[in-house]
Amino acid sequence: MIGETPTPTVSALAHQFDDLTQQNEADDLGMWLFLSTELMFFGGLFLAYTVYRRQDEATFAAASQELDLFWGTLNTAILLTSSLTVALATHAAESRQRQQLIGLLTATIGLGSLFVSIKFMEYHQKYVHGLMPLGGLPFHWDGPSPAHAALFFDLYFLMTGVHALHMLIGLVILLVLLVKAIRGGLLGDHAAPVRVTGLYWHFVDVVWVFLFPMLYLIGAR
Amino acid sequence: MTILVAPESAATPSQPRTQQRNYLTDGYSVRSWLLTTDHKRIAILYLLSITFFFLLGGAAVIVVRLDLMTPQADLVQSETYNKLFTAHGVIMVFFFLIPSIPAVLGNFLVPLMVGARDLAFPRLNLLSWYVYMLGELFTLYALLAGGVDTGWTFYAPYSSTYSNTYVMATAVGIFITGFSSILTGLNFIVTIHKMRAPGLTWFRLPLFIWALYATSIIMVLGTPVLAITLLLVGMERLLGIGIFDPRLGGDPILFQHLFWFYSHPAVYIMILPSMGVVSEIIPCYCRKRPFGYAFIGFSSVAIAVFSFLVWGHHLFVSGQSIYAGMVFSMLSYLVAIPSAVKVFNWTASLHKGSISFDTPMLYALGFVGLFTMGGLTGLFVAALAVDVHVHDTYFIVAHFHYIMVGGAVMGYLGGIHFWWPKMTGRIYPEGWARLSAILIFVGFNLTFFPQYILGYLGMPRRYHVYPPEFQVLNVMSSAGASILGMGYFFPLTYLSWSLYFGKRASPNPWRATGLEWQTSSPPPTENFSETPVVLDEAYDYHRFDSLAATEGGGK
Repeated sequence: MIGETPTPTVSALAHQFDDLTQQNEADDLGMWLFLSTELMFFGGLFLAYTVYRRQDEATFAAASQELDLFWGTLNTAILLTSSLTVALATHAAESRQRQQLIGLLTATIGLGSLFVSIKFMEYHQKYVHGLMPLGGLPFHWDGPSPAHAALFFDLYFLMTGVHALHMLIGLVILLVLLVKAIRGGLLGDHAAPVRVTGLYWHFVDVVWVFLFPMLYLIGAR
Repeated sequence: MTILVAPESAATPSQPRTQQRNYLTDGYSVRSWLLTTDHKRIAILYLLSITFFFLLGGAAVIVVRLDLMTPQADLVQSETYNKLFTAHGVIMVFFFLIPSIPAVLGNFLVPLMVGARDLAFPRLNLLSWYVYMLGELFTLYALLAGGVDTGWTFYAPYSSTYSNTYVMATAVGIFITGFSSILTGLNFIVTIHKMRAPGLTWFRLPLFIWALYATSIIMVLGTPVLAITLLLVGMERLLGIGIFDPRLGGDPILFQHLFWFYSHPAVYIMILPSMGVVSEIIPCYCRKRPFGYAFIGFSSVAIAVFSFLVWGHHLFVSGQSIYAGMVFSMLSYLVAIPSAVKVFNWTASLHKGSISFDTPMLYALGFVGLFTMGGLTGLFVAALAVDVHVHDTYFIVAHFHYIMVGGAVMGYLGGIHFWWPKMTGRIYPEGWARLSAILIFVGFNLTFFPQYILGYLGMPRRYHVYPPEFQVLNVMSSAGASILGMGYFFPLTYLSWSLYFGKRASPNPWRATGLEWQTSSPPPTENFSETPVVLDEAYDYHRFDSLAATEGGGK
């Protein structure tokens, strides 16, 4: 109830903190803790993947070959580049370079959107090839154990889907930050949201760095 | 615990003035409550919502206990019975016990106890309440639309494939509510790390804070695993993926692993805060520093760590490997060590203390006894061979109710009474309060002790038709439940009564140490007129009392 509503000359310091250092440390620790919950969230999926991969390595490897290595690799490059731009954006915000901040946020949003678009295109390819065992869609598998291959694609869609959902949430947050930056905010002492969102964005990247080899690379080629 | 630079500066001037500004008088509009970011008001919002759900969960179990009075199915049909015990379990676990102490007492007290103006993220705190309410709505919808019959454990493939009740809505409700407990835990950890008052070192913190810190670790690391598990169940129902479906190559045991990876630690989410409350009450009512402060503090953290390593003891008869069973059995025994450290330390704290049997102390002593019984029977069921005999019987039901009701709820009620004057500025009627504490203790034991015997004799849980020889014990249990219900009804009545007619409370009616008692009752919105500085050890009752005696202060 104590006003935190932003006015043009609002202090960067919220009422419950004594100084900016304390506030910044609290913001960072809060985001790291949130990322630890995210880690456990994805952990459940990684566990399920590991359990079923161990049950039938051959089928998982064969199913893995159906994924498109070219688009997967390109997407990895795109996402890692977006991590770079968001890191630079944090630096720009903290060193009060408004134009750079706007440019780098835009670049991050662009690269992130590109990643999600390519991902959805890959989903569409799988659908066309009858490799989308969701909601009663037709699923064709000529190999020895179609049930296990279907499990692979279930997990593929779940893991990359949950990851893509995190990307979309990140994109919405980045858009909000972009609007704030255009209005002249987020500079200097006010840079914490950029820094904390950057942490989140890096985390989503790191998840992909594990998803990519697990789904596209191991045992496949 | 901690002595301020000038304890009388906070205590003396505020005592005579009754109508001073405080967090309750700071705005009366609905908006000022629904959009508040004040941790104290959010605690009150939580108090009202969880009380509502406690009554709802209680109502479900009244029918269950009534039906169990006779061996036949004469009150409800089997399907309704399944829905009733599921509603009782889901509501009590996810919507009452897990938020109970952390979201009410924790929200209210953490900033006060660490000498801060608010939690680190006040708006996130408000969001957590809204998230909780949204989850409530989904669950209420599921209940009103027709209920769920899977049991609160949602075991696949029944929950994911076969049950045609409102599993989805309930799962979505629990999924959403999980985020409220993640946000609360996150807020606590950051606040405890970063916002302690000058001089308030880790080993000067109240033990309640240690307990909530340990609880928060579990909330932050455990809850997301439940979220992903429920998401997988939901996807299985919605999209027909086969993660837990044996017909599609999936494995239902994986569900049990994932579910209990959260839901066993969740038991410690319920009991650890209560242990923290007891660690506050006992020193105050025996006027002594608790025996082995650091041991009590660290045993909370140890319980939190061990809690993540014992989930497999729920799977002893589920087809888990016997070697895994042995390891999980041994790890489960390890939890007994920090738990026993606490019990022995509380008991040792009483030694040569100046004990008074006020209401909070009655609850705390009740807690110690009942928790010990619940914990000890926990060791029985952690033994592989014994578990085969009592698995899924009323022995288990009795065991976890001794922990969750005898432990967690007793601690919660003790805490509510202990901090009621601080929260509301009013004193509750002591006579009624003691009577209800005793009623609850008696009613509780009469309800659940017969269930140990029932389970040992072989009555399975979740059945409402049973052989006639079990009837005597079941009638005893139902009789106990009615006494227990009366015991819960009293506090609801006299606490509400005290809001209007109770004696006004001084800032420190129990002569307790601790920063929350150094500010007025109820506290002002900003908690402290100036940031407190802590110069002394926690629970220094000896010095506190001798100071009060020489200065004529205190009470």
